[in-house]
Amino acid sequence: MESSLTKKKEKIGVFVCHCGRNIAATVDAKRVVEEILKHTAVVHAEDYDYVCSDPGQELIETAIKEKRLTGVVVAACSPSLHETTFRETVKRANLNIYKCEIANIREQDSWVHEDKEKATEKAIKLTKSAVEKVIRNEALSPVKVGLYKKALVIGGGIAGIRAALDIADAGFPVVLVEKKPTIGGRMAQLAETFPTLDCASCILTPLMSAVAHHPNIKLLTLSEIMDVEGYVGNFHVRIKKHPRYVEPDKCNLCNECVDICPVAVPSEFDEGLSLRKAIYIPFPQAVPSSYLIDIDACLGTSPLICGKCAEPEVCGPEAVNFDDQEEIIEEDVGVIIVATGYELYNPTNLGEYGADVYPDIITSLQFERLLSPSGPTEGIPKRPSDEKIPKKIAFIHCAGSRDERHQPYCSHICCTYSAKHALIFKELVPDAEIHSFYIDIRAVGKNYEDFIRRVQEETGIHYTRGKVSRIYEQNGKVKIFGVDTLLDKRIELEVDMAVLALAMVPSPAIQDLASKMRIQIDGNNFLQELHPKLHPVESATSGIFLAGAAQSPKDIQDTVAQASASASKALGILTQEKISHIPTVATVDEDHCSGCNLCISICPYGAIKLVDEIAHVEEVLCEGCGACVSTCPSGAIDLRNHTDEQVGVMLKALAGEI
Amino acid sequence: MEDEIEPRIIAFLCQWCGYQGADMAGTSRLKYPPSIVSIQVPCSGRIKMAHVLEALTKSEGVLIAGCHVPNDCHYVSGNFKCLKRVTLLKKLLEQMGVDPARVRLEWISATEGKKFARVVRGFTHELEELGPLNLDHTNPNDSNGLLGVNEK
Ligand code: FES
Repeated sequence: MESSLTKKKEKIGVFVCHCGRNIAATVDAKRVVEEILKHTAVVHAEDYDYVCSDPGQELIETAIKEKRLTGVVVAACSPSLHETTFRETVKRANLNIYKCEIANIREQDSWVHEDKEKATEKAIKLTKSAVEKVIRNEALSPVKVGLYKKALVIGGGIAGIRAALDIADAGFPVVLVEKKPTIGGRMAQLAETFPTLDCASCILTPLMSAVAHHPNIKLLTLSEIMDVEGYVGNFHVRIKKHPRYVEPDKCNLCNECVDICPVAVPSEFDEGLSLRKAIYIPFPQAVPSSYLIDIDACLGTSPLICGKCAEPEVCGPEAVNFDDQEEIIEEDVGVIIVATGYELYNPTNLGEYGADVYPDIITSLQFERLLSPSGPTEGIPKRPSDEKIPKKIAFIHCAGSRDERHQPYCSHICCTYSAKHALIFKELVPDAEIHSFYIDIRAVGKNYEDFIRRVQEETGIHYTRGKVSRIYEQNGKVKIFGVDTLLDKRIELEVDMAVLALAMVPSPAIQDLASKMRIQIDGNNFLQELHPKLHPVESATSGIFLAGAAQSPKDIQDTVAQASASASKALGILTQEKISHIPTVATVDEDHCSGCNLCISICPYGAIKLVDEIAHVEEVLCEGCGACVSTCPSGAIDLRNHTDEQVGVMLKALAGEI
Repeated sequence: MEDEIEPRIIAFLCQWCGYQGADMAGTSRLKYPPSIVSIQVPCSGRIKMAHVLEALTKSEGVLIAGCHVPNDCHYVSGNFKCLKRVTLLKKLLEQMGVDPARVRLEWISATEGKKFARVVRGFTHELEELGPLNLDHTNPNDSNGLLGVNEK
């Protein structure tokens, strides 16, 4: 334990602050000075009214220079307040910032105790403990690493689009990766957005086009992340780009190929309510603006079977290319934004609601398509079974949300979008009768409450508080059973169509992606932010940020806000020349490491790996939490400036044994 | 140890939550007994149980305050790591004849100054009931200094 002491004689200076009367009224600063001067390593000690003031800091600087101090302890307020201040002070006198420690004798002493004698005793112990620690602190400098000034954005929905544009507009290159053939995400499917009833496309498609034409954005659609290696500033990413079979640069959207294609399959964009061809464009404003071939549906490339679309008289520009190959693209980026969005909870799991069995029990996204002027019915809401316009419809809130058997959480947007559906529907079908079954109306957002009221007034919607237990369709009528929990009576209702507001769930691929990036998933499979208040858009892996519904169910406003927040955090890194990383990280004593792997499995950052059977800490990945130190059975890992030796000797000092 | 002497508590406070909660108690000028002294640790997951045992040889009780479970730990899951270790340690203490209540693990956020003060007061009171703990740490054949210890 004495080893580091004998290496070099430490000369410590101690400065005890009165903080006016804040400390001095309860702690006898003069006695602290007297007592601490008895410590063999303390060569200077004094007390002063306000050590943090300019003259106070001057005292420290002078003492460091005149007495050639090797370390400083300031016994004053909490390190949260002035640790940085005093570190800067010692730095000005050419002392390493880690050779300055704070003894918290205000917040954790003078302010919480009344007995002056005891508070003074405690101040002496706290100060001694800080002296013992600073003696053993290493002089450290932040680890500096270079970085790639490029961002990767995963997910091309409104969150990914916003984040990519923000970063690209700031002048940094962005790789935007989207799994689907087009960007636009869920928002592209929406008819109108609440609470203003703007047309979703009018907001979204200009942004999509901005992405397409932005010189700083490299867009990779039909692409997936294979793996991510490295750390903040230096991520190496491999991306698999699936073949499109149509060259976007050549395609002029003439539609000849679509006309001639003999295969029709359900359209994903229209949620299965219409058909598309095997060669298709998801929707007219898709970006990239080009057809693609769904190779699983396509009859084949052989001219004997089909291959009609590739014929020169069909595709003049020769854009169709059956030889298109899968590509592996490698990118080095400094930051990553994850914006993988949401899906609707699979209605098959809600067997009692019959959405997968009966044609006129549909999902909210299907209804959204029915209301959309660009939808399968050109905005005339016809029911799928017989194409009649329904006159009486019901919305079922919380279908799979707030339900322990399905998803325990609130999906946040369903109350408001169901009200929106009611309003648009009423405009289209003025004599409609609209019912809505809810648990609570949660219209949380700016102006949403007003919106709900407006919907109630304008549509005459019948809100029934209660849970629907069963829905089925019989003789062209949708029957709904449940309970009205306000009137405490059973409900039976017959409507023409029922719309399920299904729970929002994160994209299922997120689990795999999260583990590739060492970011966390919460109990409901959404991405976990580092801290809800302090780091709401950061993941546990430094340099990886979160945006949109992948992190929690949220509406477009919040999604866009979060995307811009993530982009600005990302820019905070990209605008640096070097990134500094805390130097108080774990270190391995190679002679004692047995290569047992325990530290590797416990490290939340993947910062430790075995090199020649010995644990090796990748310093830039280590966040200095010390979990490995307390796990190592051989005592071979320690934490810089918070070593086991330091803890031991601080305990002694605190117990008055030193 | 005479009755009027307050039981000594050594606290390990995580820098993000427990320590900040203690600061908040100070900012709010809440009062608690001065017989508690603390060590700031980066995270409750840093705390070695050997250090907790060591602290028990110098006090009547040890308080650990970390960030709330499940999600508040700044290093993902240090709080859970600590929770598991403390659970084990308590079993061990029991076998050694030391009341496991002498080690107390609390989740205290940066805003919970009141909770910090309440916990310290309550713990002090509890330790008063339990009486002094004089663990002999000097037997050179017994590296923990704790084996076979009986409080009574
Ligand atoms: S940071 Fe507080 S318990 Fe981990």
